[in-house]
Amino acid sequence: MTPEIALLLAQDGITTGAIYVLVALGLVLIFLATRVIFVPFGDIVGYAALTLAALQMKRTPGTVWLVLTLAAVATVMEAYALLRERRLAHLPRAFLYYAALPAAPAAIAWLAAGHDLPMWAAILITFAVTLPISPLLYRIAFQPIADASVLVLLIIAVAVHFVISGMALIFFGPEGFRTEPLTRAFFKLGPMMISGQSILVVASAAIFGLLLFLFFERTLNGKALRATAVNRIGARLVGIRLSTTAAVAFLLASALAAISGILIGPIATLYYDSGFLIGLKAFVGAIIGGLVSYPATIVGALMVGLFESYASFWNSAMKEVIVFGSLIPILLWQSFFTRGGVEEEIEEEEGERQT
Amino acid sequence: MMRTRLLAAIVIVIALIAIAPAILGNFTITLMNYIGIYAIATLGLVLMTGIGGITSFGQAAFIGIGAYATAWYTVAQGGSPWAGLLLALVLTALAATILGAATLRLSGHFLPLSTIAWGIAIYFLFGNSETLGRYNGLSGIPPISIGSISFERTAAVYFLIWSALGLLMLLCRNLLDSRQGRAIRCLRGGTALVESLAIDSFRIKLVVFVLAGLLAGISGWFYAHMQRYVGPMQFSVDAGIELLLMALVGGASQIAGAVVGSASVTLIRNFLQDVLPSVTTYSAQLEGVVFGILFVVLLQKARGGIVPIVRKYLPRPQQKIVPAAGGSPLPRRSHTAEQGRAVLAIDGVTKRFGALAAVNNVSFQVHSGEVLGLIGPNGAGKSTLLNLITGVLKPNGGTIRFQDSRVTRLAPRHIAAAGMARTFQHVKLRPNMTLLDNVLLGVYPRTRTGFLAGALRLDRAEENEAKVEALHQLQRVGLGERYGELAGNLPLGQQRLLEVARALAADPALLVLDEPAAGLRRLEKQTLSELLRGLRAQGMTTILVEHDMEFVMNLVDRIVVMDFGVKLAEGLPAAIRADARVQEAYLGGVA
Repeated sequence: MTPEIALLLAQDGITTGAIYVLVALGLVLIFLATRVIFVPFGDIVGYAALTLAALQMKRTPGTVWLVLTLAAVATVMEAYALLRERRLAHLPRAFLYYAALPAAPAAIAWLAAGHDLPMWAAILITFAVTLPISPLLYRIAFQPIADASVLVLLIIAVAVHFVISGMALIFFGPEGFRTEPLTRAFFKLGPMMISGQSILVVASAAIFGLLLFLFFERTLNGKALRATAVNRIGARLVGIRLSTTAAVAFLLASALAAISGILIGPIATLYYDSGFLIGLKAFVGAIIGGLVSYPATIVGALMVGLFESYASFWNSAMKEVIVFGSLIPILLWQSFFTRGGVEEEIEEEEGERQT
Repeated sequence: MMRTRLLAAIVIVIALIAIAPAILGNFTITLMNYIGIYAIATLGLVLMTGIGGITSFGQAAFIGIGAYATAWYTVAQGGSPWAGLLLALVLTALAATILGAATLRLSGHFLPLSTIAWGIAIYFLFGNSETLGRYNGLSGIPPISIGSISFERTAAVYFLIWSALGLLMLLCRNLLDSRQGRAIRCLRGGTALVESLAIDSFRIKLVVFVLAGLLAGISGWFYAHMQRYVGPMQFSVDAGIELLLMALVGGASQIAGAVVGSASVTLIRNFLQDVLPSVTTYSAQLEGVVFGILFVVLLQKARGGIVPIVRKYLPRPQQKIVPAAGGSPLPRRSHTAEQGRAVLAIDGVTKRFGALAAVNNVSFQVHSGEVLGLIGPNGAGKSTLLNLITGVLKPNGGTIRFQDSRVTRLAPRHIAAAGMARTFQHVKLRPNMTLLDNVLLGVYPRTRTGFLAGALRLDRAEENEAKVEALHQLQRVGLGERYGELAGNLPLGQQRLLEVARALAADPALLVLDEPAAGLRRLEKQTLSELLRGLRAQGMTTILVEHDMEFVMNLVDRIVVMDFGVKLAEGLPAAIRADARVQEAYLGGVA
């Protein structure tokens, strides 16, 4: 390996790593607020990229149908729950949140499809259509059993991934897409050429990471999220509604997924199932951060990007084996160093008595 | 009565399975073969996930290892399928041992996550390996044969698969009803109890993990020789998740759940494959969508699966036979300490949490045959001290000797094996196990039966002795009549007594009781007090932490008082009651 190649691989690794950072931040955000390990998160990244691609090819993105389906199911569930509890006064608000707000961008996307859209409009529509997916999934799949153990929530998350990725194939078909580049600029830095696209990705990761930090430090909602992460019962006692913080977390994470998808679209050819692998690799990064620390998550995700880049140079066919295989020593290392005496009470399974 | 009816039902089911090929068409029998093959792998998941509490998304990878092993051996090497089976078993066991040893110490959700990781890694390994035919897989695998008899026909291999399934289910059932099986059933719900029973939880987990891997390997062997082709797609993480779905649909904690789940999922898939192609061109993916939705609904609405729901409508059979009356109990363990010698000697023990010295330079001894009370205000360090004695925490300084040997740095299970038995401040029982089974857990360090002996029912003599012993201990605490009930149905006071019975079943040299009278009613306290007195008369050594002063003062021989981590006083109950410092600690100076 010559130094030029090493630098090239590093640049490549940092670029993909930066995208993993955005995805991993979303995963950690959701996990801390709701204890859900949101496996289908990567799929949503894929949806965002494929939505943009579809708009650029003047097709109706399948995401429209996904959002409308989810919105319909969530609205019915919410309405049914409200009717059963006889809280009819809340119905209009439920319709606004679960039907009108998600349906609006879907309708715009449906209307806009087929027209020649400027880049910024396509990006904006993609962002708006992707946004409702995660909160709606939360309402449908997770909220009804929000108090279940992490494990049950994880299994549900895996099942949701099945559903979402299966639908992605139906909506987008088996062929791969690559969106138009956001910028064609190149910069020369010493011996190497740096693409504007890479700089854009890294800068976006930095900016959104910073915004997230400010959100947590400076806003009440952000502080409520942090409080929930530290102690759920305590948060409830001081009047934080867990379903609200969960919705906020999923919404924010959805925004991160949309941005990641828009950024990765021009870098790689994406298929209906590529998002899942992106999500899992980001996840490896999040696990390096122990699923608790945002800065450690950033470092971990960057490491995965670099690692993957060098692994693919070394043995392209086995790069997935290497990346996912590397998780095992990482997990081991962690279980050695984060061994606390408090795990015991958490382990107690909720009673499934068979009387 | 109930037993004969249950037996009759089983005989009928077996008869139906046996005559099925004569009645049903070839297509249905093929479907039955798949059900049987998946049921074998699902059985492993029931054992590991449903009962042992180790969730794995990667089980399909082990089916793959078994299938590829025999495929490679029979196709590329021209070997016999039976040698292929051996290779399949060896390789799955090896892979499971390595992966298990690496990951089973992971806690909480990290373990299942790691199964996704290695599941994906193994899948890509299959797909990228030249010897295994890359993504094309291996074809031309010979059918199973014995001598000149070939099991190529669908009906022939049907009998082989379902006999194997029946046999494996029987072995699993036997195992679960044996000493090691109870240890497996005890894994769910935290390791503190497991380790306090002298059970090596890591080893049990590893064995269960390997057993599940072996079952998957057998399943893969059948799969390869029936399908005559293997490719990587069938062993992806998606397939692993489908296996988990099978276990959950059937009832993850039930052996019968493996078959019910495998049959349900296979039949639903078959139905979808009939229906979906007429609706969409992406039927395979829509299948995944439907399964995913099914999964979510199932977990939201019926987490226990089908079998427990059906069971609800069946009369619950009295599972435990009354141990043969007059059977001999287990031989007593020999404890070395003679009357009056120190069973437990604590010398200058200190435990710090950061800057706080929870236990500071505490020394005292517990003599053979006495009941020692450990008292003190809240936060005095009593529970920390008990955790140091039982090995849950390691002291920063000082030594603890138990029966003349140093146990200062030993793990809880080694201390338990040396003859210390304890109860917990927050009762730790297995609510879904019967009273008898809970007490039988206590007998673990006194018995020897291994996994194989348990599965093959070679343990009946020892098992009967153990049951006699456990029943005896239940009678001692006044719960003898209720041995067949589930522990979770007892009120708190009786759960405490059940814990005492479990501790006594270990025939300990030292009994460590953490607030045994808390939550007990007056009458129950008297029973407990009399029981402990009776034990003392038989030479039992006891140390107990307790807040009920009346209970303590009337029972114990000596008292150690702790306050702010240090030993405040030690002596006879009357002297302690008169001690000004003790009064100050409890009442705040107005003596």
